[in-house]
Amino acid sequence: MLDNLDLEVVRASLPFLWTGLLFSLKLTLVAMTGGIVFGTLLALARLSPFAVLRNSAAAYVNILRSIPLLMVILWFFLVIPLISGKPVGAENSALITFTLFEAAFYGEIMRAGIQSVPRGQVDAARALGLGYAQSMRDVVLPQAFRNMLPVLLTQTIILFQDTSLVYAIGATDLLKAAEISGKNYNRPVEMYLLVALIYFAICFTLSRLVRRLQARVAIPR
Amino acid sequence: MISIRGVSKWYGPTRVLDDCSTEVAKGEVVVVCGPSGSGKSTLIKCVNGLEPVQRGEVVVDGVSVTAAGTDLNRLRARVGMVFQHFELFPHLSITDNLTLGQTRVLGRSRDEAITRGLAMLDRVGLAAHRDKFPAQLSGGQQQRVAIARALAMDPVCMLFDEPTSALDPEMISEVLDVMVKLAEEGMTMMCVTHEMGFARRVAHRVIFMDHGRIVEDCTKESFFGTPRSERAQQFLAKILRH
Repeated sequence: MLDNLDLEVVRASLPFLWTGLLFSLKLTLVAMTGGIVFGTLLALARLSPFAVLRNSAAAYVNILRSIPLLMVILWFFLVIPLISGKPVGAENSALITFTLFEAAFYGEIMRAGIQSVPRGQVDAARALGLGYAQSMRDVVLPQAFRNMLPVLLTQTIILFQDTSLVYAIGATDLLKAAEISGKNYNRPVEMYLLVALIYFAICFTLSRLVRRLQARVAIPR
Repeated sequence: MISIRGVSKWYGPTRVLDDCSTEVAKGEVVVVCGPSGSGKSTLIKCVNGLEPVQRGEVVVDGVSVTAAGTDLNRLRARVGMVFQHFELFPHLSITDNLTLGQTRVLGRSRDEAITRGLAMLDRVGLAAHRDKFPAQLSGGQQQRVAIARALAMDPVCMLFDEPTSALDPEMISEVLDVMVKLAEEGMTMMCVTHEMGFARRVAHRVIFMDHGRIVEDCTKESFFGTPRSERAQQFLAKILRH
């Protein structure tokens, strides 16, 4: 099977795979940015003294973390049009789903990050007269974010791999593009091998970068 | 300047402050001492509302800390506080540590805040370190920066919560020197400390606490002369033995 690989097919399908890869990357970046912003709000809610906020955030996080992502993707694909009243398309559905889903994971990372900042830092900020929001923005969150940066990036690598699941709702990501090309040229083996290599190259490189970054961003104490 | 009236506080069923009352007049230096767990740190944190109290009243410069509806942030901006573990912000440079409160809370411009902050940094003798980060300084230097950070807010009084307890012995005196200078310049100060040398030198009054109660509240002379309570005598005998 592997001794008659058709590299010409690979070359011909590259432009289409490139558009698929671009969507995978866009989905990763949008879900990472949105997920960290929304996740940070979830983390603050989970650490809030108000039981209503705390419990709703906990429920959100626990529910999403207990359902397989593939199910959430399929489910949101059905539910979002019902809420918005019009079809939003597989790509938009994927962007919304991943942002909301990843927020639960980034939120738990940020919660650990916030708790890693010593209580005395908050006291010092408050003693200067900074309010809750100012203390969080200027003192706690910058430290929490830097403490957690390696974990946040590792989560993002997992997220990038998970974006391949959107092929289930027909969004054209890297994997879906490979599947389509494979069918067009009747060469699925070459295509699946190629995307595996692309996923590996990107994820492996990013992991190495995270490891090097880890030492550089740590806040000296 | 600071008046604490009948303050009690509980952590769950445990009473950590038991009907504490005292006054600190303008320009007065009051040292609070006592065995660990006696409630002295809790008491001083009640002065700027970092610790809420369940009963009693705290008034600072005419503003009630304990009344509902008090703008605590505005009040805290006028009360300097120095912590046992310095609590400089490790992700900010020394200059940014000095300016954060001034720009965010007092609304000063960045230039104005830098000028004021560096003047205070110079006052604690560390002007050369303005661009460093906290972790690059020794403990004693960090604590002096923390004092400068509090002073840059132009506080009406200063609270010190065991400012030398986390320091190596050779660094204690550089911090105490700054505090003595501050006291001699007439700053109103409330200091939780075991540094009896400091108390002897600059304190006007000494408060001795035990089990959440103010057991002794008297002039320095009578405290070091003949403390009335047996508990204070035992405490003094222990810490002055060596």
